[in-house]
Amino acid sequence: MTVYLKAFFVGGLFCVVGEALILKTKLTPARILVSYVVAGVLLSAAGLYGPLVRFAGAGATVPLTGFGHALAQGAIAAVQETGLLGAFTGGVSASSGAIAAAVFFGLITALLFRAKPKDT
Amino acid sequence: MQEKKENNAQNKFARERYAALVKRMTPKSAFGQGCFRAFWVGGLICVLGQALADGAHAWLGLSSAASLTFASVALIFLTAFLTGIGVFDRIARYAGAGTLVPTTGFANAMVAPAMEFKPEGWIMGTGVRLFSIAGPVLVYGISASAAVGILYYFIRW
Amino acid sequence: MTRHRVGAHTIEFGNRPRIVSSAAVVGPKEGRGPLSALFDLALDDPLYGQSSYEQAECAIFQEACSRCLKKAKAEPEQVQAMLGGDLLNQIMAASLAARQLEIPFLGLYGACSTMAEALLLGAILADGGYADPVLCAAGSHYCTAERQYRFPLEYGNQRTPAAQWTVTGAGACLVSAEGPALARISLATVGQIKDMGIKDANNMGAAMAPAAADTLIHHFLDTGRKASDYDKIITGDLGRVGGSLLEELMEQAGFALPEEKHMDCGLCVFDPKEDVHAGGSGCGCSASVLSAMILPRLKSGEWKRVLFMATGALLSTTTSQQGESIPGVAHALVLEGGEGN
Repeated sequence: MTVYLKAFFVGGLFCVVGEALILKTKLTPARILVSYVVAGVLLSAAGLYGPLVRFAGAGATVPLTGFGHALAQGAIAAVQETGLLGAFTGGVSASSGAIAAAVFFGLITALLFRAKPKDT
Repeated sequence: MQEKKENNAQNKFARERYAALVKRMTPKSAFGQGCFRAFWVGGLICVLGQALADGAHAWLGLSSAASLTFASVALIFLTAFLTGIGVFDRIARYAGAGTLVPTTGFANAMVAPAMEFKPEGWIMGTGVRLFSIAGPVLVYGISASAAVGILYYFIRW
Repeated sequence: MTRHRVGAHTIEFGNRPRIVSSAAVVGPKEGRGPLSALFDLALDDPLYGQSSYEQAECAIFQEACSRCLKKAKAEPEQVQAMLGGDLLNQIMAASLAARQLEIPFLGLYGACSTMAEALLLGAILADGGYADPVLCAAGSHYCTAERQYRFPLEYGNQRTPAAQWTVTGAGACLVSAEGPALARISLATVGQIKDMGIKDANNMGAAMAPAAADTLIHHFLDTGRKASDYDKIITGDLGRVGGSLLEELMEQAGFALPEEKHMDCGLCVFDPKEDVHAGGSGCGCSASVLSAMILPRLKSGEWKRVLFMATGALLSTTTSQQGESIPGVAHALVLEGGEGN
């Protein structure tokens, strides 16, 4: 049960920081997304994000920093296996699930649904 | 020349004064409320992710790393569905960063333009615009990871 | 040698050209608003049976034009010029509507000030005997403006309290030198671009308020009038934030604009209970309120004289991304109603 509490608090905290950034700095959503992914890559490379994932599970992998973590760890692991080439293959392979899912479900959704105006 | 300089200075002064006036007269978003909503919705999405991962681990026999990936994919599917039926943007209007920061925000950023630009065709509309908001995430995320990989090759910390 | 001028920025129309008919077609949300009963047509479907929102915007534009002509019992081939515009890139809604109507067409872009710009130029053409009658129209659509300037409809985004809601709708007026008038145009003040360095595209009211203040001050200086010479001073779409900024700027300049003299189309088009933040905006905002509410009130004599001043934020997504601030513009027309027609 504690794993769920940890996921809730850590994940919620990531979101609060994002909301504070939006409200205080007027960063656009696209900039927030990019900052989170790049921050995830850097924190992961510095060895700080791995322990957080072990602590909070999905609370650390579901926020976009987790996507950055997957990219960085993938790149590092692949470099250990295949050398320099791994820097280019590792990141995307490790995060391919999320990328392919977003592209595929995006296309399918566009096929099945039409954008509807709200409250017009 | 001198006159122009004075004009510029005056102009700058007027702009600063106006910016201060605008700041005073523009209502602000409720900070505490925004953070509270982001916190509980974002936290709940992560709990859902954890439950999906635990479920995948227990019933599908996935390794713990794979089950976390499974959770991301499942959340992306759920976001695509909620975006498709026109519900996601309503939740996001309430939750703000609570839905933006989790992987749901990334998924919505791909699905929404894919739907929106359908009238411009499958290639130039949906195909191109799919990446119009989330593209930068891939550009900078992948580039940062490649840079980390290259650095790691030479330094091996 | 200019013969029809008062002061530096104001035109005086010797024959006071007439607005002989007007029509407004709006979307569902506007149709639920306080002006509901006044519109010629309020749609149930923002797509208006078309295949895209751009097509819908064009159809709404065209419907407003057709209804305006029908009310004046005029055929399109009798109309000698059509002036109009919208918010789409390359003002496509107006151009496509003009393609259907087959009227000599002059496309205009003044962002949300387009209706005032069209009427101003239409009045010049009619007053000078260059074209008569002249059809002036402007329109906008929430769904096309969102996808062009902001985000896809299904994208989850929070609006700031200063953000405005683009009106789905169009207004059209037929201007002529003769005939029974809803109102007559006596003066017009052409606005200059004002930019006080506002870059926030979610605070258009703040970007436009300095232009509105500038045009209003020039109008008062040119004509020697003040706010009390008008029943109402009506701004296009400054919204809640821009409206109070205008009142503040006028106060500072020494030309008081009392709150009860000031009306903003963006604040009267929607039900305040709806989620529209700082109010309505878009070309269709001032155009539809003018056609549906302001002109009929002038005709009935409820108002004798108003200043109609539509404001525009000349925003482009390209220059915005390049860090450029938002230039604002406002054009004002004096509309005379009641007796003296």
